[in-house]
Amino acid sequence: MYKLENLSKEFHEKENSIAAVKNVNLHIEKGEIFGIIGFSGAGKSTLVRCLNLLEVPTSGKVIFNGKNLMEISQTELRKYRQKIGMIFQSFNLLAQRNIVDNVCYPLEIAGVKKKEARKKALALLKLVGIEEKAKNYPSQLSGGQKQRVAIARALATDPDVLLCDEATSALDPITTTAILELLKEINQKLGVTIIIITHEMKVVQQICDSVAVMSEGTIVEQGAVKEIFATPESEITKRLVWDWNFDSRSMYYEEGDT
Amino acid sequence: MSRQMIEILTNGIVETLYMTIVSTIFAYLFGIPLGVILCITDKKGICHNKIINLLVGMTVNIIRSIPFLILLVAILPLTRLLVGTTIGSTATIVPLVIAATPFVARMVESSLKEVDMGVIEAAKAMGSSSFQIIWKVLLPEAKPSLLVGCTISLATILSYSAMAGFVGGGGLGAIAINYGYYRYQADIMWITVILLVGIVQLFQEIGLRFVRKVDKR
Ligand SMILES: Nc1ncnc2c1ncn2[C@@H]1O[C@H](COP(=O)(O)OP(=O)(O)O)[C@@H](O)[C@H]1O
Ligand SMILES: [Mg+2]
Repeated sequence: MYKLENLSKEFHEKENSIAAVKNVNLHIEKGEIFGIIGFSGAGKSTLVRCLNLLEVPTSGKVIFNGKNLMEISQTELRKYRQKIGMIFQSFNLLAQRNIVDNVCYPLEIAGVKKKEARKKALALLKLVGIEEKAKNYPSQLSGGQKQRVAIARALATDPDVLLCDEATSALDPITTTAILELLKEINQKLGVTIIIITHEMKVVQQICDSVAVMSEGTIVEQGAVKEIFATPESEITKRLVWDWNFDSRSMYYEEGDT
Repeated sequence: MSRQMIEILTNGIVETLYMTIVSTIFAYLFGIPLGVILCITDKKGICHNKIINLLVGMTVNIIRSIPFLILLVAILPLTRLLVGTTIGSTATIVPLVIAATPFVARMVESSLKEVDMGVIEAAKAMGSSSFQIIWKVLLPEAKPSLLVGCTISLATILSYSAMAGFVGGGGLGAIAINYGYYRYQADIMWITVILLVGIVQLFQEIGLRFVRKVDKR
């Protein structure tokens, strides 16, 4: 599905340059739910934005379905992007379009006929459990509902992969769980590969098959979720696991108090 | 007030509305593309281009900094070339459009820059071309803000049109000068002032009501 080879991204700002992603090698299998976890500033967002070339890597290869996206024309890249769905922490819905028209947007871009697009959009809204809001505007929806719309929109062009950049970070714990369940369902029902960027262990624990731990622009550890977190090797992974255990314990005590 | 005066004032209103509205339409016809260029060629824009941004930006700034009355006089030959005369309301439209276009371009630019970067990013990620982003994201998402800008532009252009009355333009401005100033008919002058204020209020009221209806945020 995805293969990253020696991927690096540097940002140049006036005098200083920041190496946000350094020499990353990754292999993501078709159909899996792949987590990329790390603390804030680790370079996770930059890495995931390199996957659809929203950020052009400084060097390395981004191989998607056997094609190096760095070598293709802009026109071809736009076609490929229709096969790479993406959702964001801030949802990024079009505020002046109603929900169903938001889901129609990528279909318009892909040149699908209006009637057909609408039919598909409504079916997708049903899939994500929000068809009754089709005529509403984003401002009338809760965060969880907006993310459902964003997921429907990302799925409209039948992508092979769904990139999620901190997709649940703006949501409360209960909504987070519900959205993660939805993503899992989509993964199983439609076979869409899912790549999840997060700083929360909980997210990885709940739905990921494999995980890569990122720190200071590099992948410090990767493998099956169970193994990585049962026997963490790097300091960062140990810290993440420790923080998570601490959080779940304190949650347990809070519940015990009441 | 005499019947004749009422007729003159009615004519003045019609001429003022004519100049203002036609000039605004033309100013937007030129100003929207310029505003779009200014927005997308900006450092954070979707087609970053330093040279074009600088060139358009400078041109806009230079024209904007010329006082309107001077601009009006300076381009008299152009006005004559385009409409065949330099007096009356149609002739006033030429300098009005030239003076208002850079103003409108900046208004449009600032409206478009209010559009959430994240939304533009999402559109890009869905495979949109730059043209599609302009047409389907930037302009529609900025619509309420553009409309607010339009009511401001209307009021500004209206006040310029009244100024043009000093040098042979038509409309309420000319009436204020000819009757209020040259013939010492202060009452006529005040009536034109009230009418001008009323028209501005009307534009604002209609504009804002429209915006409230259109804005889905
Ligand atoms: N557009 C940019 N320009 C300059 N520096 C950036 C840009 N985007 C990210 N960075 C820097 O790259 C590093 C990694 O950021 P990011 O990928 O957002 O991390 P994460 O998503 O893991 O929190 C940070 O030091 C950040 O300041
Ligand atoms: Mg991030």
